[in-house]
Amino acid sequence: MQKQLFHIESNAPVARDTFRLVLRTDAGVAVRSGQFVDIALPGRFLRRPISVSDVLPDGVVLYYKVVGEGTRDLAAMTPGQSLELLLPLGSGFHPEKCTADALLIGGGLGAAPLYLLARELLAQGKRATAVLGFNKADEICLKEEFRALGVPVLISTLDGSVGTKGFVTDTIAAAWPVFDRFYTCGPLPMMKAVCESLAAPGEVSLEERMGCGAGFCYGCTVITRAGARRVCADGPVFDKEEVLW
Amino acid sequence: MVATKDLSVSLCGLRLENPVIPASGTFGFGLELADSFDLNVLGGIALKGTTREARPGNPTPRIAECRAGMINSVGLQNPGIEVLVGEKAPALRKIYRGAIIANISGFSLEEYAFNCARADACPDIDILEVNISCPNVHNGGMAFGTDPAQAAAVTRAVREAVREKPVFIKLSPNVTDIVSIARACEDAGADGLTLVNTFLGMRIDINKRKPVIANKMGGFSGPAVFPVALRMVYQVAHACRIPVMGCGGVSRSEDVVEMMMAGATAVQVGAENIRNPFACPEIIAALPELMDRLGIGSLQEIIGIAA
Repeated sequence: MQKQLFHIESNAPVARDTFRLVLRTDAGVAVRSGQFVDIALPGRFLRRPISVSDVLPDGVVLYYKVVGEGTRDLAAMTPGQSLELLLPLGSGFHPEKCTADALLIGGGLGAAPLYLLARELLAQGKRATAVLGFNKADEICLKEEFRALGVPVLISTLDGSVGTKGFVTDTIAAAWPVFDRFYTCGPLPMMKAVCESLAAPGEVSLEERMGCGAGFCYGCTVITRAGARRVCADGPVFDKEEVLW
Repeated sequence: MVATKDLSVSLCGLRLENPVIPASGTFGFGLELADSFDLNVLGGIALKGTTREARPGNPTPRIAECRAGMINSVGLQNPGIEVLVGEKAPALRKIYRGAIIANISGFSLEEYAFNCARADACPDIDILEVNISCPNVHNGGMAFGTDPAQAAAVTRAVREAVREKPVFIKLSPNVTDIVSIARACEDAGADGLTLVNTFLGMRIDINKRKPVIANKMGGFSGPAVFPVALRMVYQVAHACRIPVMGCGGVSRSEDVVEMMMAGATAVQVGAENIRNPFACPEIIAALPELMDRLGIGSLQEIIGIAA
């Protein structure tokens, strides 16, 4: 983990309350899928942990939703402004554990870290299918980015405005995608339903309110089958068997 | 070029290379940050609060942001005293030469005494810091630290159990008169005092109309508490003869000097580590230039100088 100064290349809305933030730095960046960065915001005491959606040789691409005062501040920042990040943080996904076909299941902004995972899987010569769930059409993001990689994308919306009406589990049940391992990130009830309905091995990216983000304050503990674990440092990615729903 | 400055201080006969110590609970067991910077720049490390049995801690959310600080309700999550003395402290000693401070908690006099005896017998621990001020656990912690008689009872129990190492008692600011508690601990045989622990606080999510913290309340710390902590350090340092480790809202080298001028022999940095894991090395690196600017040759000389 290190502290590194980035500057904003772009910070633009891509869906309702959803922003795509591209940050560049002077040095190289090494982040794996499932890892996150912790952003210091001027005037805010704690950092904001945000998962990495893509890595550039000298930068990162992040997606965030405006949910409170901090993310509202972030949304008001403009290209050229600086941000201090801690990175890389957390464990990552394990694309190497997929044999041939991966299913990527994202709920809302949970799609973001799965994009980098898709790139890693493809680089390893594996195939991936993305199932992305949203509440409504105006929340959909990353669909075109996945398709540009050649990854088939199945969309479900709760109101049925786009794709299958219902949950991601409905889409999966209807489409019968081929996969030997799944990876999921999104709301807890969605991930629980996914893990209970799919027999294949899977990995889950958890979220919790964090203090340090780096494993030493023990603020984001989750009780798992393996005992008390830190979401920020032992996770955020856990095997599905480890999670106590 | 800054002339050579003496950052070292003497704490109960122990030489610290500098007075800056990450506070208990804000630096894990040190090992978590060993890959991020060279821990040997730190004057000491106060380890995470430890109880006899392992504890999973409180439910989450445990963290709430505030405008000049944060609330935590970790609730003494720790692996238990045997893991501390058998694994954590020895592993840290292998990579760290400075003062290792074990922070000991308990739910009874007997447990405090037992845990302190175990830590006293561990060759990899230099100082015991007895936590009678945790606001996040029921039937213990702060209950011992808010009454002079109780504080004295813990101190006596620990004093009888410890043969070799200096015993510091960590005091709560959530009291009417911290000086009376401090004096009670000194009279009962404490070798030093750490003050202050966190302030009992609360946040409410106005959208959800519910407390942010699962346990409703927690310990508030951060730059906002610095003047209050400084005042308490000043009062206690002038009322007692034993050394004080000052703690509360310290976030920069100027705060370290100010705490020492108030009477602190060493200075602990807490919440600032949570927002910036490199806070302590940065503060230490900034001290020589600040001392130069202030005409200070040795930090030891400024302890309690602001009478």
